[in-house]
Amino acid sequence: MKLKDWAFKKSPWIFHLGAGSCNNCDIELLDCITPKFDVERFGILLVGSPRHADCLVITGIVTKKVLPRLKRVYKQTPDPKIVIAVGACACSGGIFRDGYNMAGPVDRVIPVDVYIPGCPPKPEAIISGIVKALGDMK
Amino acid sequence: MAEKKRTIIPIGPYHPLQEEPEFFLLGVEGEKVVDIEWKTGYNHRGIERIAETKSYDQVTFLVERVCGICSTSHPIAYCNAMEDLAGIEIPERAKYIRSIIAELERIHSHLLWVGLAGHFLGYNTVWMWSWKYREPVLDIMEAISGNRQNYAMLKIGGVRRDIEESDIPKILKMVEKLVPNLDLLTGAITDDPVLHVRLKGVGILTKEEARNYGATGPTARASGLPFDARRDSPYAAYDLVDWKVITRQEGDVFAKVVVRLLEMYESVKIIKECLMRLRKVKTEIAIKVEEIPPGEGIGHPEAPRGEVFHYIRSDGTNRPVRHKIRAPSFCNVPTFRATVIGETISDATIILAAVDPCYCCTERMAVVDKRTGKKEMNGFDLIRLSQEKTKDLRRKMLGK
Repeated sequence: MKLKDWAFKKSPWIFHLGAGSCNNCDIELLDCITPKFDVERFGILLVGSPRHADCLVITGIVTKKVLPRLKRVYKQTPDPKIVIAVGACACSGGIFRDGYNMAGPVDRVIPVDVYIPGCPPKPEAIISGIVKALGDMK
Repeated sequence: MAEKKRTIIPIGPYHPLQEEPEFFLLGVEGEKVVDIEWKTGYNHRGIERIAETKSYDQVTFLVERVCGICSTSHPIAYCNAMEDLAGIEIPERAKYIRSIIAELERIHSHLLWVGLAGHFLGYNTVWMWSWKYREPVLDIMEAISGNRQNYAMLKIGGVRRDIEESDIPKILKMVEKLVPNLDLLTGAITDDPVLHVRLKGVGILTKEEARNYGATGPTARASGLPFDARRDSPYAAYDLVDWKVITRQEGDVFAKVVVRLLEMYESVKIIKECLMRLRKVKTEIAIKVEEIPPGEGIGHPEAPRGEVFHYIRSDGTNRPVRHKIRAPSFCNVPTFRATVIGETISDATIILAAVDPCYCCTERMAVVDKRTGKKEMNGFDLIRLSQEKTKDLRRKMLGK
């Protein structure tokens, strides 16, 4: 294992992008870093810029207005990166699948590594998803 | 204005922490904010249009996903509108259960807000604490509805799940445990001299302005307008239990904090009383709705952020012909023109946050010089500016 991959697995930094979600997945994701779940003790950190991030966590159906911005954020995230789609909307479009402003789901726009279904997924599910994504890293 | 050097600060559309993307443009001269614009539409999912393609029962679950934090207020508004349209009176037990869920949601929403407001001021401890104390509320929700968010408790004509007699003592105990935590938070926030300096007299929305902008919810109540849809046009069980509307006269950020903190105590009171009443009231939890007649209906309950409004028009088929939703932030966000203009950039963050505008993107701001278009600051700098101001004040006041 190269040094870069080793470091990547030890402390994945996350950039969260709400691409037209209802906030539920977003607050559950944020819940992961507060005392009850506290993923920071494992080195998982929410960062404010995609340029600092290892993981891109995307919630929500990708709306048409967000589409170009999502592509840009994906390009700005340095390799190696993993993309995690959180919630039913990001995985499949969910209840908004038939909406006229829908440009997603996420995997139609950018490649997705991990899908975490649920409306919203519980923080445990989100943590488990990220851990599995890291386990798959070779 | 052409003479003076004017700078534009875009806020948004992405916030690394959470919530919907929204975009603000602040025009500043030096430190002072002189103009603000609001651009939105990043989160537009076409819900009203989707609602017209779904049957009435399905729309209940659709409107739950308008906003994750208000995921009971929107279904209540929708069900109230449908019951208004069909002329249905829901059973008493359903009324109490609706109130319990709505008030639990209010506590969770206000705690969430207090935490994020603390973060923007550089009080990360407040953030972590209030989110820690929010967890028991979500546990109660999970005990009642089976899910931490998106409770799916509502249906036209009543509620979908009953609260079992055997669960009531457990839930009461959990609710009572919230009170010492709320005391701790309220004490920590209202006794802090630094927060007094930082929040008092900042971002004042006068009574007149609140009325003119049509502000609702805690934003209006903090400016001395005693409007609360729960009292003014009672729905669910709010006319059956005893509680009071919290108001403050000052209209500044501190008043908004105090209104929200005190509202949580009222919510605890309402929940406890509703749970006690549930033991005596043994009616059905829902009535069967045979058909929806043609007509119009409105529902306007009080969400944690203010009054939410739903309008339904039916033509007698099984799906709405028109479904109109107006969320409280739509009324509250324009008040920024009254509150932010004239204040400094370091205060803008917390003033924007004070309205709880489905929070948006205060952390991804960048200062752009209007003439050269050059970026001078980004969102982190602005948050840092806000946090440093608190730190300076603390150092000055406490001599540290």
